[in-house]
Amino acid sequence: MDAVDAARTTFPGLLRGQARNRPQGIAWREKDLGIWQEITWSQALDWVQRLAGGLAALGVTRGDHIVILGENRPRLYAVMLAAQCLGAIPAPLYQDAVAAELVYPLQLAEVKVAVVEDEEQVDKLLDLRDQLPLLRHILFHDPRGLRKVKADCLMDLDEVEAAGQAWWAEHPGGFDAAVAHVRADDVAALFFTSGTTGHPKGVVHTHASLIDRARSGAEFDHLGPFEEVLAYLPPAWIGQNIFSYAQHLVCGYTVNCPESQATVAIDLHEIGPTYYFAPPRVFEALLTDVRVRMDDAAAPKRRLFDACVALGQRVQAARDAHQRPRTIDRLLLPLAEWLMLAPLRNVLGMSRVRVAYTAGEAIGPELFLFFRGIGINLKQLYGSTETAVFVCMQPDDGVRSDSVGLPAPGVELRVAEHGEILLRSAGLLRGYYKNPEATAEVLDAQGWYHTGDAGWLEPDGQLRIIDRAKDVSALAGGALFAPKLIENKLKFFPAIKEAVAFGAGRDHVVAMINIDFPAVGSWAEKRGLPYTGYADLASKPQVIDLVADCVDKVNADLATDAHTAPLQIHRFAVLHKELDPDDDELTRTRKVRRRFVAEKYASLIAALYDPAQTHHLLRVQVRFDDGRTGAVQADLQLRAARLHAALRQAA
Amino acid sequence: MAALCEVLTDPSVAMRVAAKTQDAPLLRLEDIHLRFGGIKALQAVRFDVQPGEIRAIIGPNGAGKSSLLNVINGVYQPQQGHIAFNGDVLGQMRPALAARLGIARTFQNLALFSGMSVLDNIMAGRNLHMRCGLLAQALRIGPALREEIAHRLVVERIIDFLEIQAWRKVPVGRLPYGLQKRVDLGRALAMEPKLLLLDEPMAGMNLEEKEDMSRFILEAREEFGTTIVLIEHDMGVVMDLSDRVVVLDYGRQIADDTPDAVRANPEVIRAYLGTTTQQG
Repeated sequence: MDAVDAARTTFPGLLRGQARNRPQGIAWREKDLGIWQEITWSQALDWVQRLAGGLAALGVTRGDHIVILGENRPRLYAVMLAAQCLGAIPAPLYQDAVAAELVYPLQLAEVKVAVVEDEEQVDKLLDLRDQLPLLRHILFHDPRGLRKVKADCLMDLDEVEAAGQAWWAEHPGGFDAAVAHVRADDVAALFFTSGTTGHPKGVVHTHASLIDRARSGAEFDHLGPFEEVLAYLPPAWIGQNIFSYAQHLVCGYTVNCPESQATVAIDLHEIGPTYYFAPPRVFEALLTDVRVRMDDAAAPKRRLFDACVALGQRVQAARDAHQRPRTIDRLLLPLAEWLMLAPLRNVLGMSRVRVAYTAGEAIGPELFLFFRGIGINLKQLYGSTETAVFVCMQPDDGVRSDSVGLPAPGVELRVAEHGEILLRSAGLLRGYYKNPEATAEVLDAQGWYHTGDAGWLEPDGQLRIIDRAKDVSALAGGALFAPKLIENKLKFFPAIKEAVAFGAGRDHVVAMINIDFPAVGSWAEKRGLPYTGYADLASKPQVIDLVADCVDKVNADLATDAHTAPLQIHRFAVLHKELDPDDDELTRTRKVRRRFVAEKYASLIAALYDPAQTHHLLRVQVRFDDGRTGAVQADLQLRAARLHAALRQAA
Repeated sequence: MAALCEVLTDPSVAMRVAAKTQDAPLLRLEDIHLRFGGIKALQAVRFDVQPGEIRAIIGPNGAGKSSLLNVINGVYQPQQGHIAFNGDVLGQMRPALAARLGIARTFQNLALFSGMSVLDNIMAGRNLHMRCGLLAQALRIGPALREEIAHRLVVERIIDFLEIQAWRKVPVGRLPYGLQKRVDLGRALAMEPKLLLLDEPMAGMNLEEKEDMSRFILEAREEFGTTIVLIEHDMGVVMDLSDRVVVLDYGRQIADDTPDAVRANPEVIRAYLGTTTQQG
């Protein structure tokens, strides 16, 4: 392969290109000791070279897997690049995973070197050393709390860099030679899917597949080197990796790393990103936060807020439907903009957002319209780890809440007869690591990837997803049951954090609901309703009434469409504990593990289907942050919800 | 030298000194007697603190723990006895002198400026290290500005250390109690003290906050090499954190030993642990 091609089709090549074309451009910015410290592209290249030397000195060679475990830190991203320069394969893992969850990926990939952020991660790995005989080196970024820990496998990344400098002094020209060996069809990274069942699967991507999709997305939205991106989601998640690594290197824009998880909102405000990405739950949390704060505001301010937001939404809804907004609304919009919408965007840190995406889960129409209404160009995209994110994207003039966009350039899409969506593109995974059976399940001989999502193409060419293909089933009466459709409607209410609907093969639908603690807590405080904690609050009759109201509204909404009218919720219970990834009820990306939850709460579900029972004593296992387990018990009320007659019989 | 001979005449101390270390103690209290009128707050208290040590003072309510801390940093003047700090025997300790010598403290009932931000509160701890005059600071002219930047760096390191970046600009009065305690520790650490006195650092905290605070105390010693004397009621915390423990009862020192030895000491059990066990 010639040099020109390699410079565009491998990550080390892209890095060198950026260092050559804009040496003084800012590659990374990290807030450290209260100041945004900048690293230019030419410094980045030097840094990567030093780290690569250090890794080479530790014996890292082509084909080795290197685990990366930590928050978004420029140095950890530089380590990924350094590994790729040597032909090694970075495998980022979720930093909030408990120690036991790390064993499988580390064993599977035969990891000898792990690069971690801090003491917390080092402790996890040291605990696992008996199970990981191959793990020889743990390199850490932050030495805090580790100065006195003596283990021969531990090494500070500062020492690694120093060793790297010495290594290249002894091996002149070695770095260039190593980079020249990297090819576009080499494996570039191993991502572990959170996996709703069983072990996580390692998704193998090549330089070519990641860069193809990154470039396709960048061209679609005309991204350039002047974008600002805030990297705040787990780097192990391919979405964050595409936005703050692959597209970063393709476009040469600046990636900003926050000080800590707790400061993300402050850092977002200070940076003012132009290209922003968040799963719906982040937007939900933002909206809940805004609502809670507005509830505390004086009545005139609250009315102004409501009026301005409603106006913004009316105008935006009309524009999205390609209609002309009402004249009076158009005339008033600049005033609303000046009084409320622009300051609100500023508070949210979204004043400069040019392109914002949400993906990963369906977004509630009201939530979606709220953010579009206040003037943020929020769009939807569709993709997964296996497809290197970009499969479908909404163009600026084709934004709707119920679809996920047009097939991105380079994607061939079709819907199988049973409703499953299949696609082909240059960005597909090479396979699951050491798992040919799983690979064969999703990749067929013609190169079609089976997404496992059910949906259809709308008349305008946009893709609409209704649920996971395996979750879509039918009620006993034959009506199509897509649980997520119901849950998403419930979750839009600020009082409801999570919901799980059941109904497959049954006569009707029942649901388990988690309240949103901050939102309901503030609501309770305002009514002078005392509570001691989550479980107590969730069991208050007033809170259950509040949830019943939400369920009633969802039922009314479901009744408006003949297809969904049979899906109305008959009975529900408000859970006394939050569904939690630590208890395996949610994935690390906070998706419900439906089958696991159905088994764990089987007694409750049975009680919900038994009209004779009005209470159910439920005892469930929980795992605390420190790894201990215990049980929590509560007597849950089972409530019947009001049902509505279907409005439109003939649809 | 004379002082050392005096110490060596006390057999228990002699044994300990010989066993523990040959380093000179950072702080030595010598036969301290403190009276308020007829009340004998402290009687014949004597112990030392080795550099880099975490030393706990425990005792039932009213045993004289806070008085002892106040003697160390010069708020109270003992009627009898003296204090040696860093090898110098001091006739009289005064708060200003204690601060200049490098003794910082936190307070049981928090002593923060509640209307000021976290940053400014911790910056207040740098007061003693500021060299430029008020006018120069107000005008932010060259040297004052450079000095402020240097102090800010120290303060930012402490903010980073205590993991309170998210509240840097929040007025202290709006923070929950556990965080205020952390800011109080930060203000004391900003003095870059040789000796840090902590007056009930865990009072009123929940388990998680106690664990955090314990971690910060241990890490403060590791990161900044600070010697620490702490008063604490939570026996679990005391036993886990400290190298040696002094036990007071009605102003008398009834034990001075390692946590395990103190726990086994019958007099301590009678005076302190015994009563709490019965209550608990």
